[in-house]
Amino acid sequence: MGKRDKLSGNEAVAIAMRQINPGVVAAFPITPSTEVPQYFASFVNDGLVDTEFIPVESEHSAMSASIAASAAGVRTMTATSSNGLSYMYEMLYIASMSRTPVILNCVNRTVSGPLNIHCDHGDSMGARDSGWIQVYSETNQEAYDNLIIGTKVAEDPSVMLPFMNCYDGFITSHSVENIELIDDSDVKKFVGEYEPAHALLKNTCAFGPFDSQLYYYEHKRHQAEGMKNAKAAIIKYSKEFEKITGRKYNLFEEYKLDDAEIALVIIGSSAGTAKFVANRLRDKGIKAGVLKIRAFRPFPFDEIGAVLKNLKAIAVMDKCTSLNDAGGPLFLEVRSALFDQPLHPHTVNYLYGLGGRDVKAGDLESVYMDLIKIIETGETGNVHRYLGLVE
Amino acid sequence: MAVDKEKWIVDPLTPWQETTPGGLIPTGGNAKYYITGGWRANHPVFDTEKCKDCRLCFPVCPDSSILIDKETNKMSGIDYEHCKGCGICANTCPFGALTMEEGGQP
Repeated sequence: MGKRDKLSGNEAVAIAMRQINPGVVAAFPITPSTEVPQYFASFVNDGLVDTEFIPVESEHSAMSASIAASAAGVRTMTATSSNGLSYMYEMLYIASMSRTPVILNCVNRTVSGPLNIHCDHGDSMGARDSGWIQVYSETNQEAYDNLIIGTKVAEDPSVMLPFMNCYDGFITSHSVENIELIDDSDVKKFVGEYEPAHALLKNTCAFGPFDSQLYYYEHKRHQAEGMKNAKAAIIKYSKEFEKITGRKYNLFEEYKLDDAEIALVIIGSSAGTAKFVANRLRDKGIKAGVLKIRAFRPFPFDEIGAVLKNLKAIAVMDKCTSLNDAGGPLFLEVRSALFDQPLHPHTVNYLYGLGGRDVKAGDLESVYMDLIKIIETGETGNVHRYLGLVE
Repeated sequence: MAVDKEKWIVDPLTPWQETTPGGLIPTGGNAKYYITGGWRANHPVFDTEKCKDCRLCFPVCPDSSILIDKETNKMSGIDYEHCKGCGICANTCPFGALTMEEGGQP
């Protein structure tokens, strides 16, 4: 049986890392992810893990060391946020192309500038096409659970791609919530040993050779297949995880969507607020629902389209601005997913919570009210909307 | 367009289903199968008469293309299949036993 506790998101994630006991952790501190390697370093110091902890001099080095350690054949983890992730950029692509299943805890924070340390999804969304699996958490419990499940997903032989465990900076990383920890032995049993088919310390091999015009395209296609397979792997390991914890996960969470007419599609901690509001509206007889994204990479394109097609109006919530005059990343993909469906609900995009701007129940309720208005008038109106912007 | 799984040579334009993940080379010592001699613009010529067998050319060659006879243990020639024609050997040889001549092929 698990143990009830009250922990911040970063503490919970660091505990999951202790339970997994990776071969190497290489990290450089940046708010709000700093606590993850900080707590973990104390576990190293106290002899609770066998991990080689590398306090590197930069995030670029953190990712470089992680790739090398993973290629050497050990389970490897790191953590970062915001500009730290930006500084890893070059190496993010190397990690995914080399098929090294590095685990990165990305504690979501706005990317400068202007300088801001608070939460939005601009950092990890910027890396959405780098070939990393990306899973987002609503709660501390999910951040903890997703790290454990994600380790198995990344290392699945049909996948072999790095995994980004994304959760909201401060809101999730620093707020203390009730949480149920899995027994150490059960976590160890669940993740097992990392046994890659090829590893520098196991057999003679070479990672990352020069790839000419006659090879690169096929290697990229091979990588794309790994990302495609990640979808089935997420479902598979989530089911295995459910057997030991009772906690049920899928590619996304459908909250009261069965009979819903209006819904928000949303990522991260604000999904909790959205569910609260949906319940309040349900009490008034309004058929409101929430689709919470869990896996953003791979993107559940067909699955999301199928689930949303029967709604009347949808608000896709982006906590990240693309500055492209076309819409946020979640919006563009969700609306594109609906295109292949026989029915096309009114679909609008809201930017919200940028730079840590607070998003309250009333704010999200106003979005549902806007959707009702769209249905009543039959007019989609302005597709690109700002929630909580002072103007 | 195929993969030789003994030597692990992946041919150019091998279908993606048969290639290795990320271009991984899952074995060692197969660089010798990659014939780089065609890269040469100029080629070195070895003059046996002038060679004093100091073998300074051997360690400076970046492509391990200085051939040593296993029986006599003496410099015996150049591996033109892999020599890229960089000219370092000719520049190093104190006795003029290695000289560069125009053209890729000897």
